[in-house]
Amino acid sequence: MTQYFLIGIPLAAALAAAAWPDNRTRPWLLPATGIVHTALSLWLLVSPPQVPAGAWLGFDPLARAILPAVSLLFLACSLYGVSYLRTRSERSNRVFVAGLLAAFGLMSLAHQARHLGLLWIATEAVTFASVPLIHFNGTPRAFEATWKYLLVGGTGIALSLLGSFCLGYASLQGGGAGDLTFAALSAQGVALSRPWVLIAWVLLLAGYGTKMGLAPMHTWKPDAYGEAPGMVGAMLAGGVTTVAFAAVLRVRAVIDAAGAGREAGITLMVIGLFSMVVAALFLLGTRDFKRMLAYSSVEHMGILSFAASIGGAGVWAALFHIWNNSLTKGSLFLSAGNIRRAAGARTVDEVGGMSVLTPRSAALFVTGMFAVTACPPFGPFFSELLVLKAALSGGHGMAAAVFLGSLLFPFFGLTRLVFAIVDGRPRTAARTAGKLFPETAGVVVPPLILLGLSVWLGLATPSVLHTAWSDAVAQLTPPVK
Amino acid sequence: MSSGLNLLIGISMGLNLLALGSSRLPSLIRVAAAQGVVLGLMPLLMEHHFSWLVALTAVTTAVVKGVVIPTLLRHAMRAANIDRDLDPLIGFIPSLLLGAAGTIAAVALVRVVPLLPEHRGLLLVPGSVAAILTGFILLIARSKAISQVCGYLILDNGVYLFGLLLIHAMPLLVEAGILLDLTVAVFVIGIIVDRIQRAFDSLDTRKLTALHE
Repeated sequence: MTQYFLIGIPLAAALAAAAWPDNRTRPWLLPATGIVHTALSLWLLVSPPQVPAGAWLGFDPLARAILPAVSLLFLACSLYGVSYLRTRSERSNRVFVAGLLAAFGLMSLAHQARHLGLLWIATEAVTFASVPLIHFNGTPRAFEATWKYLLVGGTGIALSLLGSFCLGYASLQGGGAGDLTFAALSAQGVALSRPWVLIAWVLLLAGYGTKMGLAPMHTWKPDAYGEAPGMVGAMLAGGVTTVAFAAVLRVRAVIDAAGAGREAGITLMVIGLFSMVVAALFLLGTRDFKRMLAYSSVEHMGILSFAASIGGAGVWAALFHIWNNSLTKGSLFLSAGNIRRAAGARTVDEVGGMSVLTPRSAALFVTGMFAVTACPPFGPFFSELLVLKAALSGGHGMAAAVFLGSLLFPFFGLTRLVFAIVDGRPRTAARTAGKLFPETAGVVVPPLILLGLSVWLGLATPSVLHTAWSDAVAQLTPPVK
Repeated sequence: MSSGLNLLIGISMGLNLLALGSSRLPSLIRVAAAQGVVLGLMPLLMEHHFSWLVALTAVTTAVVKGVVIPTLLRHAMRAANIDRDLDPLIGFIPSLLLGAAGTIAAVALVRVVPLLPEHRGLLLVPGSVAAILTGFILLIARSKAISQVCGYLILDNGVYLFGLLLIHAMPLLVEAGILLDLTVAVFVIGIIVDRIQRAFDSLDTRKLTALHE
């Protein structure tokens, strides 16, 4: 029963936010929901419920392995949101708060969806619920970003629906009775019609890959992340992308069972490495530090796909990396949001010397940068090490070399930009704007908590997470009969 | 039954080409709406015996795709007071040729993929692929925001056509959810179109170039 509250509480809170009359107190609905949701999902993590095999919805091992990370990220963002929305009191936050809560509830639904159609409905509803979040700033640039998000995202949506239909048709041809739960599809195994399975995989990977932001379907990402408020960027990069990645993992398990696992693995590996290379090249070129975070997200989606393509130990490392990605990206986006507001600009040409104007956010930003580029002792170092280990022991030597190379260049790109922003003397324009942005505890503590969690996860991964990830891997790779 | 259905799919393929050849925004919207109505009727022909649920899906689809969405788009068009001519990025004749080639390729494709016996005589798969290609061409080759929405609608129609293959297998709940999502999608797009118009004083997506590397 508890698992339904994970979906119902944020959605109910979204309705409450839409009806709430007072602009000043409305944002408090965010942390209230965040606290309850996190408590529930951590409780379910420790004592997972039994999920009936044919259920459409349930807190199954894969949901258990990922959803608590999203809850923690949302909790940090919601605490940040109260302070952030206070600084933006000039505009109504009704649609923003309601949209954020609805998106969060739908993410919880998508993570727990065990049915092909339901998963699609939930994922796409998340996309539409997050539209008002992206153009919250109301600038022409924000609308341009929203339009591109809708157009590219909409096409991805259509492709993933078509892919779902193809997989359904493969099941009908295999003598299926139209039961489109992932368990039933996997149970059909090699009976699924092979041509349709391959078509379905290509379409679903393209569709959900668009949502993840894998290259070359990543084009909406820099625009949307660059224009959206920092906390929205955090939820998109650490929450929505995990939904799409979980969808890819679930679909892949079916493709594996249908005997096309080799083809699926190769495509996933190629698209993952391609994303990493593309992200590395753009990271060396971009001058906008919020777009930089978007390319870094493309890179990490590439890492996840690469890890998942290896299978077994790779999937385990990918689940570990999801947690690290959500936590570190969250802290980076939140501290970048502070710097962006204090500086009033976003490119290295206009921003400098932020260590003087916003010392705490700048320190968090630099530390977060080291975390996200996988420096020890932060979590990403350990998960990426495991990915590398899995790749080498799986006999993918060349791919591992490309993987390592495309981890190095983002490090150059990120350090170049981050130190250009933090170091030096403040620009005159920023000096006056910086005074208007007080670094209160509300905007500094949430990213700090996320960074702390990332260190903790890296140095002392709780054993309950070890079992959760192992259970999820067991769910995705059923024993060979 | 199947000849009636094939006739409707043939009409929808013709409408694809009409959409590619339209040089005015109102006629493009009309074509997309007509295709939506044609698609809405199809589930009625696919059923062997009358069922209320299928009839309800059919009527809702026809009303949403044929009336609600086009009205919304026309409203946006009037409110924005935009130039009705579609200046294409790829000319009308090349677009038509591309669309025709795509349709022929789609019909050829059906010989390659395996189909269930009851779907063998039907044009559902080629009709779907042709509409999807048309949608992509319109998305890429037209510069006005509303014409891109029309392209997206035709793309969606293609996906819907493919979904008819599963009409007996998919629970109605799923279909209803899908339809709801698509409706919300177009509403959201409509709102954004309105906002873009206000922010840029234009609906020409070629002006959306502030964001780049």
